[in-house]
Amino acid sequence: MSQLSNLWTRFLSLNTDVQVRWKSMSRVQRLSGYVLAVLALYLAPWWPKIPGIGWLVNTPGTQFSTVLNDQVIIFVLVALGLNVVVGLAGLLDLGYVGFYAVGAYVVGVLTSQHASLPWIVALPIAVVVSMLVGVILGTPTLRLRGDYLAIVTLGFGEIIRISAKNLDWLGASRGISDIGKPPSIGPLKFGVLDPKPYYWLGLTLVFLVVFCLYRLEESRVGRAWTAIREDEDAAELMGVNTFKFKLWAFAIGAAVGGLAGAHYAGKVGFISPDNFPLQLSILFLAAVVLGGSGNMAGAILGGIMVAWLPERFRNFTDKRVLVFGIALVLVMVFRPEGLLPRRVRTKSPMKPASDGQEVTQ
Amino acid sequence: MTNEVLLDFNNVTMQFGGVTALSDVSVKIFRGEILGLIGPNGAGKTTCFNVMTGVYQPTQGSVVFNGSDITKLKRFQITQSGIARTFQNIRLFSEMTAVENVMVGADARKTSSIPAALLRTKHQRAEEKESYDRSMELLALMGIADRASDAARNLPYGYQRRLEIARALATEPELLCLDEPAAGFNPAEKQQLNELILKIRDQGYTVLLIEHDMSVVMNVSDRVAVLDFGKKIAEGLPSEVRSNPDVIAAYLGVPDDAA
Repeated sequence: MSQLSNLWTRFLSLNTDVQVRWKSMSRVQRLSGYVLAVLALYLAPWWPKIPGIGWLVNTPGTQFSTVLNDQVIIFVLVALGLNVVVGLAGLLDLGYVGFYAVGAYVVGVLTSQHASLPWIVALPIAVVVSMLVGVILGTPTLRLRGDYLAIVTLGFGEIIRISAKNLDWLGASRGISDIGKPPSIGPLKFGVLDPKPYYWLGLTLVFLVVFCLYRLEESRVGRAWTAIREDEDAAELMGVNTFKFKLWAFAIGAAVGGLAGAHYAGKVGFISPDNFPLQLSILFLAAVVLGGSGNMAGAILGGIMVAWLPERFRNFTDKRVLVFGIALVLVMVFRPEGLLPRRVRTKSPMKPASDGQEVTQ
Repeated sequence: MTNEVLLDFNNVTMQFGGVTALSDVSVKIFRGEILGLIGPNGAGKTTCFNVMTGVYQPTQGSVVFNGSDITKLKRFQITQSGIARTFQNIRLFSEMTAVENVMVGADARKTSSIPAALLRTKHQRAEEKESYDRSMELLALMGIADRASDAARNLPYGYQRRLEIARALATEPELLCLDEPAAGFNPAEKQQLNELILKIRDQGYTVLLIEHDMSVVMNVSDRVAVLDFGKKIAEGLPSEVRSNPDVIAAYLGVPDDAA
């Protein structure tokens, strides 16, 4: 076991080596590095065909690109959103599946159940509605802290699912079928058979979300969130409007969750209340905590692991949940702060770190 | 020091259930002075701070700052109106770097929120730079700029104490409240702190200082107020207070034969 953890430490130090070399590269080299990485991600559906590592990533029994979109992309999006709430602002949300469901249901209602808007029009509406639901839920509950907030949000997730199950207007337990699909662009056809276009769309959404969240993190907003997580009372006494920023964290998290739900609904074309069980909330949270709460790269990695591992072990049939569970426990034993723990940014926001040393005492 | 009253602590009574922590306490703080607030343990000094900064709502009485009643304001509004504080037990944002800690304080005066941060507007970038520059300046003033990029929890104790002061100053207060800033300092560090407090006052801040250590209070304070069992028992120049029999009794007890 300690060998395993040694291996991981070595991997991390290798990671540091790569970072050092990365920083010494020229701009052109780095830019081409980015382009290659992005290209590799868009070509991910073909990874199982690569000799050597192909068998490792491949998911026996399920088409790899289906796993990529229906599992990995969804979990990565959700983990990114939940990371804002749990990792940055430190608000424990156990009902995150509720926002995911709201996003999916808005698309369902607007493209099939009660209207026939195109998916692309329903998408932004779904995001905005999820955000509003976040605000509506947050306004009364964000006065609570810690365990109390967790319990209330837990209830919220269930309220959404049970309401959907009992409201005929939302299709009750029959769910909603024939949900609109994203519009085809040229050769990109969003059909039933090929999941690749959905994956590419989803990956693009991930990039968009990462870009936006990065900008928020590296600003007054991100600092306010972190300060609230570290010491809410001290933050408020330093002039942070804690309630407002907690509400924003909730709203942003909800919006990303709704986006994931909308993408999911567009792909599968059919949703029912059973798609949004409490267990999913727990898995979402597991993704964030497993990857490294408060670190965007960690949340992404956590999302990938939680989504992909059960599919990788599908040929273990009944025992795959056990294997998945053991894998989670092992990670938490050896990496209690997650696979990629949040690091204190050593770089100052404006200038290189060495700057401060010029000032002598 | 001028005769202008900056903060008027007006007949404040603070009760917690049956316990009266402050009983009809009135203190005036004048603009530009250093007021020392002393008293034995449990006298109500920190409660005073907590009432001023909005942590507690007083049972009776009011706090008037700069001519307006701040008793009912929220904590962050009080900070934005110009009162900043440090904590007796250090409460930094331990996983943030030193400069980020100070920037949180500086952000209290900034307005750009989510939309501006998403769009990286010109205004937002200017504010970010302003926050950063001001924070580095304050770290330099406190003499801790060499560790600006270290996590707050990794800083030595003396640095953490000074970082708290820097963070409070970053909110651009008119009144700076220091809660036992010399706790745990050795004599040399206390001397440095004295100079620092005087330097802060000379930059135009008004300072309210809670301190146990007489060498600090008596050397830097312009005036001293003394609390004992939630009541104000003396107020005046350090030399007057030092020889006040009530104060001596509160600190040293009353000899049996005199009672």
